[in-house]
Amino acid sequence: MPVSTALSRRHLLQTTAGAAGLAAVGLSAREAQAAKDLVVGFIYVGPKDDYGYNQAHAEAAAMLKKVPGVKIVEEEKVPETDDVSKTMESMIKLDGASLLFPTSFGYFDPYMLKMAAKYKSVEFRHCGGLWQADKHPMNTGSYFGYIGMCQYLNGIAAAHATKTKKIGFIAAKPIPQVLINVNSFALGARSVDPTITTSVIFTGEWSMPVKEAEATNSLIGQGIDVVTCHVDGPKVIMETAERRGIYTCGYHADQSKLAPKGYLTGAEWNWITVYKQFIADAQAGKPIPNFTRGGLAEGFVKMSAFGPALPEAGRKNVSAIKAEIMKGGFSVFKGPLKDNKGNVVVAAGKFLPETAIELESCNYLVEGVVGSIG
Amino acid sequence: MNTLIAATDRWYPLRRSAEAVLAPLVALTGAAVLFSIFLLFLDASPLDFLDLVWRGAFGSSFSLQNTVQRAAPLLLTALCVAIPGQLGLVIIGGEAAVVLGGLAATVAALPLINTSPIVVWAAMAVAGSAMGAFWIGISGWLKAKLNVNETIASLVLAYVGLALFNHFVEGLLRDPASLNKPSTYGIGDANMLDTVPWLDVHPGLPVGIVACVVCWVLIYRTSVGFACRVTGGNIRAAQLQGLPVTKLILLACAIGGGCAGLAGAIQVAAEYGRANASLNAGFGYTGILIAFLARFNPLAIIPMAILLGGLGAAGGLLQRRMGLPDATIQVLQGLIFVSILASDTLYGRFRWFQPGSAS
Repeated sequence: MPVSTALSRRHLLQTTAGAAGLAAVGLSAREAQAAKDLVVGFIYVGPKDDYGYNQAHAEAAAMLKKVPGVKIVEEEKVPETDDVSKTMESMIKLDGASLLFPTSFGYFDPYMLKMAAKYKSVEFRHCGGLWQADKHPMNTGSYFGYIGMCQYLNGIAAAHATKTKKIGFIAAKPIPQVLINVNSFALGARSVDPTITTSVIFTGEWSMPVKEAEATNSLIGQGIDVVTCHVDGPKVIMETAERRGIYTCGYHADQSKLAPKGYLTGAEWNWITVYKQFIADAQAGKPIPNFTRGGLAEGFVKMSAFGPALPEAGRKNVSAIKAEIMKGGFSVFKGPLKDNKGNVVVAAGKFLPETAIELESCNYLVEGVVGSIG
Repeated sequence: MNTLIAATDRWYPLRRSAEAVLAPLVALTGAAVLFSIFLLFLDASPLDFLDLVWRGAFGSSFSLQNTVQRAAPLLLTALCVAIPGQLGLVIIGGEAAVVLGGLAATVAALPLINTSPIVVWAAMAVAGSAMGAFWIGISGWLKAKLNVNETIASLVLAYVGLALFNHFVEGLLRDPASLNKPSTYGIGDANMLDTVPWLDVHPGLPVGIVACVVCWVLIYRTSVGFACRVTGGNIRAAQLQGLPVTKLILLACAIGGGCAGLAGAIQVAAEYGRANASLNAGFGYTGILIAFLARFNPLAIIPMAILLGGLGAAGGLLQRRMGLPDATIQVLQGLIFVSILASDTLYGRFRWFQPGSAS
């Protein structure tokens, strides 16, 4: 009995030592791996395959996986609560991430700022336009794209396809970013035919497929025959519209697969431009920009390929205006511009480029939009 | 005869407890086996999965913190289901009690932000609980007075509550500076609840545990709790006994709703600092799952909330290391839920657990 105890004790010691040795080998191997690769973390608020906001980021992340010396870690469906702090911390501590992209608007304050203060050697870049040099730490930053021009082009395409002269927009919340898109879409359509009206429905939530489907059906009931949207996942809207036989303009990502017959074109993010640049900077040891913004001309956003339903005249018109936008200096919001209650919102002779600070507090719907804010 | 045997069968209470612990364990094991088969179909290794769940949820102090932080609000939202559940009511609208509780707490705090944090917290706790109690109380009142089905009523009222919440946060109570994420004004950094000293965990955790213990005492050690359980057993019998069934329904709904409202208030005071859409993160809905897993026993809510909090904490690691989608964890949660519900049929099936079987 004592012999066997001694034996088992020795055996135990050996095993423990062996395990410790193994663990040490494993650890150093992982450290070596970490030293070699730049670990980049992507955090999404919804599913990666939502055909929308999150997919636009995830598609860019998927392209980055091919970049040598870069390891991508991703997490989807992370709510805008302290859960995201824990996700960031977990990526830093357990995966060795040194560059993080929390992609949802609500991740910035307080979650990302809190983590940035705790982990000063980690770089945080947030999708949104919130970073301010005098307020926020230098290891944080913002990048964002101006996508309003793409919605303007969507509007032009819609104007060439509509027969009822009624087009529709399904929006999540009446916040500035969304209102700019609604207004741009309506202005694009009215640039072709000023009698066109744009009906807007706000669902109240970023992702609520049931309401989005109801809104689509209700708009079709009102006689609209082209629909676009600004919700996180346009999937249900595109599918419903296709099934009901009306035209669609995409948003966030390419949705032509969901509506092969009715898809005219779409406003898409092109995040790979930003991510490639940031990662190249990080790998070269250069500082990553703290504040980056760009539109169509800078390659931050792009248009989907034309669908078969868009008439030739529409293709030509969209391409011509797009070429003009690419030259720079184009304004969608130009005076005199009235809101849909008759108040002048942009005075005559005034031009607001997409970078205009006034647009960031946009709180109106332009003339020709049927609907109201809250 | 049976009671005589039961009286002389000293080990029966122990065996009864063993049954209550073993049945869910068998169910969890069953769910794990089913889930392993599911993983094998996905070409993923169940052993890797277990290892990652362990590391992501419990394996280090960071993981443990992550787990209990997720569990903290769930303790209170589970009580919102479990307490009315004692009376046989199935209340599933806790989500609205959380968001409206959080909103009421913020509104109560705003005029007081320049007094002391203690005053602010007290006001928030009272306002949040009162609002939650009122909201779930409506479903209770509809049930007690008009015999409206409380499950449907609370679900529909949850949508009404969320709409009201959005209406106020995006309208009347909105801080104009919160452009793209509409929020109320903040309660200020000085009034934020800190993490628990030494342990560095979410302040909702001790509150939730105390609430669970208090509710357990209330249900199993007081005459009110006994009256609730009798009502839950047979409402007609309870009425014939002269129990104040209407009052009991209102009381249980108010206590449950108060807990959920308090959860909202704590989330605002500890995490968000203001009321906004982050309150609507599904705490109320996960609470339903936990209450059912705990079979409405307030003490059993604690381990079940930690189990689900742990799965949530490990979910991220599973996505990153195994490339599994987030929905994988939902599949596991679903399997656990179904197994636990199915295991209810095991109670009383085995003679050994019954009174007098040993003699």
